[in-house]
Amino acid sequence: MKLDNIYKEEKKSNFAKVSDIIITMASRPSGFIGLSILVFHVILAFISPFIAPYDFKAINPSLMLQAPSAEYWFGTDDLGRDVFTRTILGGRTALTITFFGSLIALLWGGLLGIFCGLVGGKTDDIVMRIVDAFLSIPWILAMLLIVSLLGTSTEVLIPALGFFYGKGIVRVARAATHDVIAKDFIVSARARGHSNFSIIWNEIIPNVRDAILVEGAMRWSWMLLGFSSLSFLGFGVSPPTPDWGLMISNARGLMSFAYWSVIAPIVGLSSLIIGINLTADAFAKALGIDRSTKAPV
Amino acid sequence: MTVIIQKVKNLSIGFKSKKGEEILILKNITTNIKKGETVGIVGESGSGKSTLALAMMGYVKHGLYTIGGECEFNSSNLLNMKSKDLEKIRGRKIAMIPQNAGQALTPNLKIGYQIDEALQLHSDLNEKEREKKISELLNKVRLPSPETIALRYPHELSGGQQQRVAVAMALAGTPDLLLLDEPTTGLDVTTQAHVLELLNFIAKDTGTSMVYVSHDLGAIAQVSDRIIVMYSGEIVLEGPSRDILKKPIHPYTHGLLKSIPKLSLAGLPESMPGSQPQPGTIQGGCSFFDRCNFSEEKCKNNSPELEFLKEFNTSVRCFNYEKLLKEGEINQNVNKIKNNSQDKEILNLSDISISYAKQKLLDQIFNRITDDNPTVKDININIKKGETIALVGESGSGKSTILKSIAGLLRTKDGLIRFEESRNLSSDLKERNPNDLRIIQLIFQNPDESLNPNHTVEEIIAQPLKLYFGLKGEELKKNIIDLLQKVRLGEFYISRYPRQLSGGEKQRVAVARAFAAKPDIILCDEVTSALDVSVQAAVLNLLQQLKEDFGTTYIFVSHDLAVVRAISDRVAVLYQGRLCEVGPSNDVYKFPSHPYTEVLLGAVLEPDPDIKPKLVAEDIVEEKPPEKGCSFQGRCSRIVGDICKKEIPPWQLTDSGNAIRCHIPIKELQKEQFK
Repeated sequence: MKLDNIYKEEKKSNFAKVSDIIITMASRPSGFIGLSILVFHVILAFISPFIAPYDFKAINPSLMLQAPSAEYWFGTDDLGRDVFTRTILGGRTALTITFFGSLIALLWGGLLGIFCGLVGGKTDDIVMRIVDAFLSIPWILAMLLIVSLLGTSTEVLIPALGFFYGKGIVRVARAATHDVIAKDFIVSARARGHSNFSIIWNEIIPNVRDAILVEGAMRWSWMLLGFSSLSFLGFGVSPPTPDWGLMISNARGLMSFAYWSVIAPIVGLSSLIIGINLTADAFAKALGIDRSTKAPV
Repeated sequence: MTVIIQKVKNLSIGFKSKKGEEILILKNITTNIKKGETVGIVGESGSGKSTLALAMMGYVKHGLYTIGGECEFNSSNLLNMKSKDLEKIRGRKIAMIPQNAGQALTPNLKIGYQIDEALQLHSDLNEKEREKKISELLNKVRLPSPETIALRYPHELSGGQQQRVAVAMALAGTPDLLLLDEPTTGLDVTTQAHVLELLNFIAKDTGTSMVYVSHDLGAIAQVSDRIIVMYSGEIVLEGPSRDILKKPIHPYTHGLLKSIPKLSLAGLPESMPGSQPQPGTIQGGCSFFDRCNFSEEKCKNNSPELEFLKEFNTSVRCFNYEKLLKEGEINQNVNKIKNNSQDKEILNLSDISISYAKQKLLDQIFNRITDDNPTVKDININIKKGETIALVGESGSGKSTILKSIAGLLRTKDGLIRFEESRNLSSDLKERNPNDLRIIQLIFQNPDESLNPNHTVEEIIAQPLKLYFGLKGEELKKNIIDLLQKVRLGEFYISRYPRQLSGGEKQRVAVARAFAAKPDIILCDEVTSALDVSVQAAVLNLLQQLKEDFGTTYIFVSHDLAVVRAISDRVAVLYQGRLCEVGPSNDVYKFPSHPYTEVLLGAVLEPDPDIKPKLVAEDIVEEKPPEKGCSFQGRCSRIVGDICKKEIPPWQLTDSGNAIRCHIPIKELQKEQFK
């Protein structure tokens, strides 16, 4: 039969699927730019300790607030530390903490959302009201409370950020599950007598995975901004560890006469956020989800 | 002389594929619409019929573009007209009636206001005149008390009434050409017949030309003077309606008409092999070659031209039409189905009631259901092993509801579901053991929804095998391939996703999944209504074959009486969740019958211009079953008096063992209906 010819597309390996998605993402200008920025930052985070020209914590009062030069590319800060060294190292902590934070947010937010969407009824009502209640608490205040009680170690920051950014994912995952749950294949699985776990794992997750992943990618950039705000307020990483938020906070008073010490971390932070945002959008488009029509919940 | 109002010349519409190839949706279409005639465009999904109809009002869907040709209306080409100029034509000269009027009407505006909007745009009447015109239009589409209807919102009207409003809006601009895109497809059989009758009346009354697009040859047969048959973007046959339906000279139309089940014939019609090719896959040669019974070697590489036969006033695209000319009038063969039913009872529904009413708090706490007037009430059916019993009725008759309860998806209010005379099945899934779940399997209406789009065929069929029999590895695979072969799909389908399959193939996979559980009973919920006509017969034949092989019992729910006639041994007719008539299918389709069955049978549309539907009852839609008396009292034309409103009618047996629930004695019913 002739029909067979066009349906040659066979089941693809997971690797092939992922590379397909990346190729589609990179085929749009915005996706290409976003991916390049993100990849640049990730590579930089890995190699920066090896390429950093100076010691990030070496204080030298005689070199205070030097303008950019051939020796100190981005100049020096108020303690005479090299701004270039501190800038390329400054993204590492933020990137790692928020990456794992987003994973945690995805995991608990996604699973709880799917579960609520599937069981519905009273359980759903109660859980969602609790989530709503948490949504109404300004996260930064709650974060400050947690950090001041438990300290600013990575083991505290990652789960805390993961928790606060997962609340929104609960709603998205629940809404996506509601779209799927009415379909006959779920009814069919129920009628066959599959367990809730089996229905979630086999029937729902493959159909809501894309929406949740895209949401997670967006949350990553928000979390990065949030984490940097914490650092800015002095509740993120502690000095002398280089961090963009901290650097901006330290140098903001010097902006009028030593702009270089504040510009570099700002460019670093905003380019990473723009990179993640563009990548997330391209990712959504490559998966066929149009974020422009669906506002985040 | 006849005036041609719309000329379609060499029209080709298509899109560019990812690889940059030009793929044609419409190929070189040439046809004319004359003044005052009704043209039916018939074809399966994907044949390009809607694209053609939209092009006739100068609209090309997003993503498609015109490759060549023109649509000429009033000697100007609509397809390259500016949108400013098009606005003056659309609605005023050419109007469109959409498929789903419920979605086409703005939900938050009153009916009168919406018609007024159309009038403001398309006429020069002042406010007073418009008000008069609105009730005139509503009157014309035969809506009761136009003044009150005009003040209602769309959701307060039934589907048929909404469709009438859409017709009224289209008529507001007194158009020369009316395009109707599947206007009756979503409606109930009785409503459909009424709307078609109205369209016929309007065509005669106003002299408007109509283009009626549908997949349903039955509906087309009732309205059109001329029929255009489309197949994969081409016109394959065009000619006077009667000739095309009685003596089709194109093999596709010939096969199609043979494969449609008819009320007058009990048994399964012959099926047509294969399905329509996807656009862009035909490499030269006739597009129907794969499925044709008359094809020759030359059809493979040469594609036939549309040839005009003057003596028949018909155009045909086939090299071998002469073979069909000799055959003359179409002669439908059906394979009589074997009645496999045994004496042993397999499922017994006794006094089943089901309620959708929201329960009071107290009842929720005590986990009980109270409702004096439940949606489904007093269902008593005894199902024998190996038989096919059909539940028939319009939407809202409770047929799917009953099916859900049997499957354990919906709790019943009262009543027992008894399996094999001994075991009671709970209507709650959680209380059934795995074996009880296995013995009853479901096949759904729409295979697009019932198959998980992210699973391959292998994963889909593996689910019941793993769940019920714990199969693994090689054995699992062997079983899957075995099942695929049973539903006539090859082994290579195993790694495909549902989106890579045609509608018929998807439904076969769904059938394979149901049979994988080795069930005793299969519940079929409108299994063929989402399929194309030419595929429907093949799926019905397959179901029948599997039933004969495995001795399965089918409970078959459908609104299509002809399909039910073809496949079922016994029929139960439902109205408002109450049984009206139960009996062997031969007898249900014969008089005497329950007045509701009579209405249903009368409204069936057959693809035959000589069989006109009989409109017995009004097409009112009742929201709730009456609290007392006969369920059909609100629409019955044979009502005998107060007794129908006060007392539940008794069951009466006819001579052939057919049970009818009516106050009128069987003898009298017989006399009345044979008149």
